[in-house]
Amino acid sequence: MSREHFQNMLREVEHELVSMGEMVVAAIDRSVQALKHVDKAEAEAIIAADAAINCKRWDIENKCVQLFATQQPVAGDLREIVSFMDLVSNLERMADHAKGIAKIVVMHDQTPLLKPLIDIPRMAEKAGAMIRKSLHAFITQDVAAAKAIIEMDNEVDALYEQIFRELLTYMMEDPRTITRAVYLIWVSHNLERIADRVTNICERIIFMVTGEICGN
Amino acid sequence: MSMSGIAIATQRLDLFYGDFQALTAIDLQVPEREVTALIGPSGCGKSTLLRVFNRMNDLIDGVRVSGRVLVGDEDIYAPGADLLRLREKVGMVFQRPNPFPLTVFDNIAFGLAVHKLAPRREYDMIVEQALRDVLLWDDLKDKLQRSALTLSLEQQQRLCIARVLPLKPQVLLMDEPCSALDPIATLHIEELMQKLKQEYTIVIVTHNMQQAARASDRTGFMYLGKLIEFGTTARIFTQPAQELTENYISGRFG
Repeated sequence: MSREHFQNMLREVEHELVSMGEMVVAAIDRSVQALKHVDKAEAEAIIAADAAINCKRWDIENKCVQLFATQQPVAGDLREIVSFMDLVSNLERMADHAKGIAKIVVMHDQTPLLKPLIDIPRMAEKAGAMIRKSLHAFITQDVAAAKAIIEMDNEVDALYEQIFRELLTYMMEDPRTITRAVYLIWVSHNLERIADRVTNICERIIFMVTGEICGN
Repeated sequence: MSMSGIAIATQRLDLFYGDFQALTAIDLQVPEREVTALIGPSGCGKSTLLRVFNRMNDLIDGVRVSGRVLVGDEDIYAPGADLLRLREKVGMVFQRPNPFPLTVFDNIAFGLAVHKLAPRREYDMIVEQALRDVLLWDDLKDKLQRSALTLSLEQQQRLCIARVLPLKPQVLLMDEPCSALDPIATLHIEELMQKLKQEYTIVIVTHNMQQAARASDRTGFMYLGKLIEFGTTARIFTQPAQELTENYISGRFG
């Protein structure tokens, strides 16, 4: 019964955080779809929709600040709210990377893609899955799951490297492909950064549950 | 209950104890079904203001009040205001739990009898509901004939809150309701306030700033008899508009 009201407020913020996570996963998915079809209008829409994610971030942060100011959180509660703040800033940056991909779609203008996308959608799918899993691990306070998700980042890194090498061969064969090859490298770089940010979330889960800041 | 969603409103309220002005030009609007906390250093007038709301200050010699105080739509300082009726509408809980030296049951039944609020055959039901409302029923249902003085302090304070509820007050005034309680019991009473505010308007005076922060929706900061600042608790504790408020809540004085 103790501090039920406060616990409810924490659950409420947690809920909003998960819904922000869903917004980010959707933005990533949409941006890669827009790239696939070089859909400029969709890309512009994704860029515009980023404002809503930013708002959500400030809204959650504001709630956290109020909880600090009014509820005097300590121990697990304190670590949880610190983690909320860290998670929202990571999620917000991920959304910026999705927006970055949408901007690259816009740069393509009317030119077609250099090649059909194979590994980029795979990377995006993995990154999206990592986000969902990490938020689930966050809610269930599952340290083992968090550690497993950190390992998944290696798969994304491997895909990034593969894409990079493949595009390098295109560029060496025909320098006229360089611009469009670099666009795709940028896209995969955005996805690689997203997965890195998921590992930040996972480290934060470990901190939240155990109190330990895990360095590398 | 008023149409405006305001349970208590004061307009240019001044209060004097003889020559001493204890409250100056207080304009305050207490929203219904929220917890409003009044904070400020000792002697700032917060308890005096609380006691204005059910005219408890009338008992003190040489008190003069000017300005208007509305509870619901009623001007409680208007000539001919019905004091008994006012104190039904505005219940009060004090710093030290003050149960009557009677049984648990009779502590609650007492007010029913005095105010002739219900036929005696309904007492069992009303007592049970009041005890349920303050989450005491499960602990005390087999101890209703015990003296209230044998209860723990927290239970006594809950009982004092339960005692007020059958009168169906619109407002509950609480003057430092937790200062005689340990920290855990304090949190329990704060939790109870969150539950009660679904049906009642609560005004609490506390010198415990953290309590105001945790448990209230609105906070008024008082200093030297003036209401310096009033706003949502979230705002007062994150972005107070007045430097004086900021200095007080961050512990720089008081």
